[in-house]
This record gives sequence, structure tokens and C-alpha cells, in this order.
Amino acid sequence: MTATYTKTSQSAFEALQCKECGAEYEPKATHVCELCFGPLEVKYDYDWLRKTVTRETIQAGPNSIWRYRPFLPVATDNVIDVGTGMTPLLQANRLARRLGLKKLYIKNDAVNMPTLSFKDRVVSVALSRARELGFTTVSCASTGNLANSTAAIAAHAGLDCCVFIPSDLEAGKVLGTLIYGPTVMAVHGNYDQVNRLCSEVANTHGWGFVNINLRPYYSEGSKTLGYEVIEQLGWQLPDHIVAPLASGSLFTKIYKGFKEFVEVGLVDEKAVRFSGAQAEGCSPIAKAFQEGRDFISPVKPNTIAKSIAIGNPADGVYAVDIARKTNGNIESVNDAEIVEGIKLLAETEGIFTETAGGTTIAVLKKLVEAGKIDPEETTVAYITGNGLKTQEAVQGYIGEPFTIEPKLDSFERALERSRTLDRLEWQQVLV
Amino acid sequence: MAVKVLIPTPLQKLTNDQATVECNGETIGALLESLEANCPGIKARLCDEQGKLRRFVNFYVNSEDIRFLDNENTPLKDGDEVSIIPAIAGG
Repeated sequence: MTATYTKTSQSAFEALQCKECGAEYEPKATHVCELCFGPLEVKYDYDWLRKTVTRETIQAGPNSIWRYRPFLPVATDNVIDVGTGMTPLLQANRLARRLGLKKLYIKNDAVNMPTLSFKDRVVSVALSRARELGFTTVSCASTGNLANSTAAIAAHAGLDCCVFIPSDLEAGKVLGTLIYGPTVMAVHGNYDQVNRLCSEVANTHGWGFVNINLRPYYSEGSKTLGYEVIEQLGWQLPDHIVAPLASGSLFTKIYKGFKEFVEVGLVDEKAVRFSGAQAEGCSPIAKAFQEGRDFISPVKPNTIAKSIAIGNPADGVYAVDIARKTNGNIESVNDAEIVEGIKLLAETEGIFTETAGGTTIAVLKKLVEAGKIDPEETTVAYITGNGLKTQEAVQGYIGEPFTIEPKLDSFERALERSRTLDRLEWQQVLV
Repeated sequence: MAVKVLIPTPLQKLTNDQATVECNGETIGALLESLEANCPGIKARLCDEQGKLRRFVNFYVNSEDIRFLDNENTPLKDGDEVSIIPAIAGG
């Protein structure tokens, strides 16, 4: 079982290691420890990274996640680079003023490439590794964004693709998968049921499931959300981050990314507080945090925030642990607050995010109001998906256009009405 | 009384590469003992030193997570299907 993998000149990854018991495995398509069922994680040679990687070598790399390639689990030069990553880190002054913060940044993965969510990061890494491991068909269990990304990047790479989604997803997420021509299995059931089915299917057809048997490689892609924020803040760590929690994987990997850059000397060490955001209708991690538990009680999701509606979160216990030890919080908000969060970000910063982002902004607001984020802290909120994919969530809450005749007086009447409505708050009126 | 148990890949070395095993047991707890009798060594992989189910393994009875039922006391009847599934997946 001891790994005998030889690292290449450009990659520091050595083996897979159980996060629970420490057992090591060869870096193949496997994700669970045979001894204790703990999650397998990629192990790196940090001494080698410290000697080899500098800020300059990173900055000389491509304008994508692959500038951090030595920290990612791929063994060959043949990576799939579709321009994923290096999304804007926007200083959000208007939102900050509205909330009462002084230094707030939005990491905007709503404009990630190619499919407008952070999932492009994890899929770029997973499919690069899948190809190295010889897979010709790739698959996933998805709440929507992952299906979009897996289908798109598989199309680019010429891999066959079969994705599994719950049958009640938003229309934009289904269409945004079908367009790339994969096989789509829409399962009658919630995401946890889809995930369980995929866990049973994973080893039966010789497919690479990005978030099951390729999960150790896939999840490493999220570390780039940590690296980029450090680099974009001028090689500094923030004081506080707020990110959405679904399985908890993203949260733990941002943490790992920060730790690694400190470990190899790319950034000065500093305490960073980690706060997580869940929707009230699916908040098993927030509940465990608030009740002081070190285990997660699964729930059956009921929320408009479908992209983060995971009732049985794989990395939940690790997310709770990180929030506790960094002096952060895990908070939940209801569906109405999520819609308000989407609108607030759009109206103050010009960023249209989906329900997960609305959850993050609403929790950010709640934490500030509760005094759990200091106005002086440099805070980064991670926006992980695009609002055009979840239009159903905000329909009916955003007003309607004024339909007018192509005549000046029709316009003037409508303008007068719009000013009146601004004063009265918006209500539906036919012009 | 027979219950069909679906065995995950990491445990199939203990079941002669069989993906399903027929077992007996009035409850999940009793089923574990029956499994151990058929496939020695399997219980130590599913349970920790205190004999409790490990936190990274999930049990389902006819597709329902036993944590929504009665955990290890969940009753079983003839023809039930029990799935043992690694908890780490997805997201």
C-alpha cells in the first residue's frame, strides 16, 4: 500500500494519504481509505516546493489556475487549460459602506471560465488527472454547476461524459449542461440520493467520477481560490473570509491553500478567520457548529439555494473544525434573505450571483450586524456562481420593464410613473 | 430471514470480490455480527474501537439513511436491501 509514485520535475505531489489514519496509497482513482473509510488527500513534497516555487515563477505562468501547477495533482505537461481561474478580486466599496465594513473584497467566480462557477477550477484539475489515469468517460453527481462544468470541459478535451443531477434543477442549469452533448441522468430524488447512486455506480463502468473516485484530485482545484486571493491582495492574507458551505470541501481547501502558501514561504503567516454560509432549509453544518457537535446530523433539503443543498455533507465535520479553530462562525439565512442578498450584491456592486452567492452575502450581512465581523478586518466574500443560471429564484422580486409606445409622451408618462414607484417601493402597475 | 447487503469496493477483498452478500439480522447491529461471521474482519473496518459505526461510513435500508431511521437499532425484515456506502463523496 505504500506509494511508489515518482514525482516529475514540475509537480510535487507524491501520494494519496488518509486524512484520518494517515495510511498512504498510490495516486490512482480512489478516494476512500480501505482501513477506516476516511477521505484520501493528496500529499506533497513541501521542501521541494519551497526550493522551487517563488512569487516570480508563479507570476511568469499562465493567467489561469495553472500558474499554481506545482501545487496541483497532475503529473504531465498535458493539462486542460481553458482559461479557468484568475477571476477578479473586486474591492466592494459600495457594499462595504452599506454593511458598515471598511475593507471588503468580492472574489468573483460568477465570471469564471468556461461555465461561470468555481466548479471550473475543480473540473479542470479532475479531468486533467482523469486523462493521465487513462479514463475516456467522465462523470459526476451534481447540483447543476458541476454538471455544466464537467460537460463543457469534457467536450473541450474530447472525453465522453455522463452526468447525474436531481430532476428538479433550475432550467438554466439543465440547458447549460445539455448544450455540450453529454448523457444527462435526471434522478427523481434530492442531491444526496443522486450522490449515493453515483457512489454505487462509480466503480462499475470504469468511469472517472470527478467528485467520487477522482475526488482527491478534484477537490485540490479549490485551493486556487486561496492562492489567487493571496496573490491579488499583493501577496497578503486577508483577516476574514466568508464562503458558502455545501459539502464543505471548498471551505477546507481555501484553508489548505492559505496554509500551503505560508508553509512554503510565499506569504507571511497571519490568523485568518473562516466563516461559512448555509441556507436555513439545508443547514446541517451550521446546526452542528451552533450546537457544539463534532458530528453532522443529515437533513432533507428544502431551499431555493439548490446549488448548496447537500443534506449529507462529506466534509462537514472538517468545515466545523476550521470555523471553530479560526474563531469564525457558521450561520444560515432563509430564502427571503437569500433573494435580498442576490439583489444587494447586484445593486451595490453590479455582480449578478446565483442563490449560493445570495446566501453568502446574506450571511455576511448577518455576521456584520451581529458584531461577528470587525469593520476593520480585511474581509473576502467568495461568490461562486452566476445568477443567470438561477433566474427562477428572483423572478417576481425584481420588478418588470415599463412597456411603452415608441412615442415621447408614452416615455414621459412611464418615467413619471417610475419615479413615483421609486418613492413607493416597486409594485406591479400596467403602464 | 435474508437481507441483501451491498458491499462497497474497499471491502470487497473481504467478501471474495462479491458486491452483494446475503445476511441475517433483526437490526443493523445484529446484521453487523452476521456479516462478521460470514466475512471475518469486516466489522473492524466498519466500526471503531468502541464498536460504534465509523463516522465516514453510511448505512441505508431500502435507500433510506439509517440516521433518519433508528441508527443501529433500525429493524430489518425479510427482503430488505442494506447498502453500505462510503460517506466521502460529492460536493
